Amino acid sequence: MASLFDHAIRLGDDALILGQRLSEWAGHAPMLEIDLALSNIGLDLIGQATHFLKLAGEEEGKGRDADALAFRRDVLDFRNCLLVEQPNGDFAQTIARQFLFSNWQELLMTEIAAAPAPALSAIGAKAVKEVAYHARYASEWVVRLGDGTEESRARMVAGLDSMWRFVDELFDPADGAASLRPAWDARIADTLHAASLDVPKPRRAVTGGRRGHHSEHLGHLLTEMQFLQRAYPGVTW
Amino acid sequence: MVESVLDVLSRVPDPEIPVVSVVDLGIVREVRDDAVVITPTYSGCPATLAIEAGIRAALDASGHGDMKIETVLSPPWTTDWISEEGRAKLHAYGIAPPSRSQVVCPRCASTDTEEISRFGSTPCKALHRCRACGEPFDLFKCH
Ligand SMILES: [Zn+2]
Repeated sequence: MASLFDHAIRLGDDALILGQRLSEWAGHAPMLEIDLALSNIGLDLIGQATHFLKLAGEEEGKGRDADALAFRRDVLDFRNCLLVEQPNGDFAQTIARQFLFSNWQELLMTEIAAAPAPALSAIGAKAVKEVAYHARYASEWVVRLGDGTEESRARMVAGLDSMWRFVDELFDPADGAASLRPAWDARIADTLHAASLDVPKPRRAVTGGRRGHHSEHLGHLLTEMQFLQRAYPGVTW
Repeated sequence: MVESVLDVLSRVPDPEIPVVSVVDLGIVREVRDDAVVITPTYSGCPATLAIEAGIRAALDASGHGDMKIETVLSPPWTTDWISEEGRAKLHAYGIAPPSRSQVVCPRCASTDTEEISRFGSTPCKALHRCRACGEPFDLFKCH
């Protein structure tokens, strides 16, 4: 059984890293509306990360706040799943990642909102309302791209293919999230069916993020995200 | 005491929609003898710090410098807590107040409206357009 600290760190890191990834789209998205949407989703996630990491710091009791945990940990200490650290790729790849993650996160936050730990459930109850929007947004784009032109469909298929091997990690029994798999599978299959896309074939899963074994992508992301605190430790404005 | 603090707070504007106050929006949950209890709208609302700073400044300026500000997350904020007065102010400002049924154009009151984007200029708003008068407008999203 994971401690409350472990649990909060994982949830916080998932949200933080994906929020940071999405912020890379600001000013680069294909349309203004998409720019706003991805920025807003990123903002929600960074807000959730702040709450989860604050809680983790309080649980730990060593005086680390959310900022200390976000900006002054090295890559091996991050506990996010590998899915969220994957590069944005093209828009379809970003949507594929969001689709797989948000549908999982919505189920997870619903469960956490009903959990016995009041501090955790308060964050979950707040997050679930936001994440429901993210899941709906990503699912609608999966349908639009999958059921769109030959080009958009090919990109959507490639996007899902590139992210699919990181799915199993979300349901690692060690994290207690395995019970969410059937509901998640059903949601994913429903949307892919509406998009006239096939569910990707099972493949060898890549895992390790929860133990700090990350892809090299995370190091690059942290280099940019943590630059200021590394160059000027403790700086504020 | 509680009354006079509420009166002070009802004049603290929301930093992003200054036509409504932090009381109108339901951000102020409770005023006790020693503390003001507030709750954030969205987890990542960037105005959260500005709201707290605004409340602090108003309390200090009105002789309530010893009042603390406490932040709670539970129960999660909902647009159901926006007051009738707040809804009227939003409408007058050109932002359609949250609605569980019809979205009404704040300019011409037509219900013939459509969603342009579910995500707008701030986390709490969506972008809509009125088919009757042709104007785009912000909708305060139900949350
Ligand atoms: Zn109109």
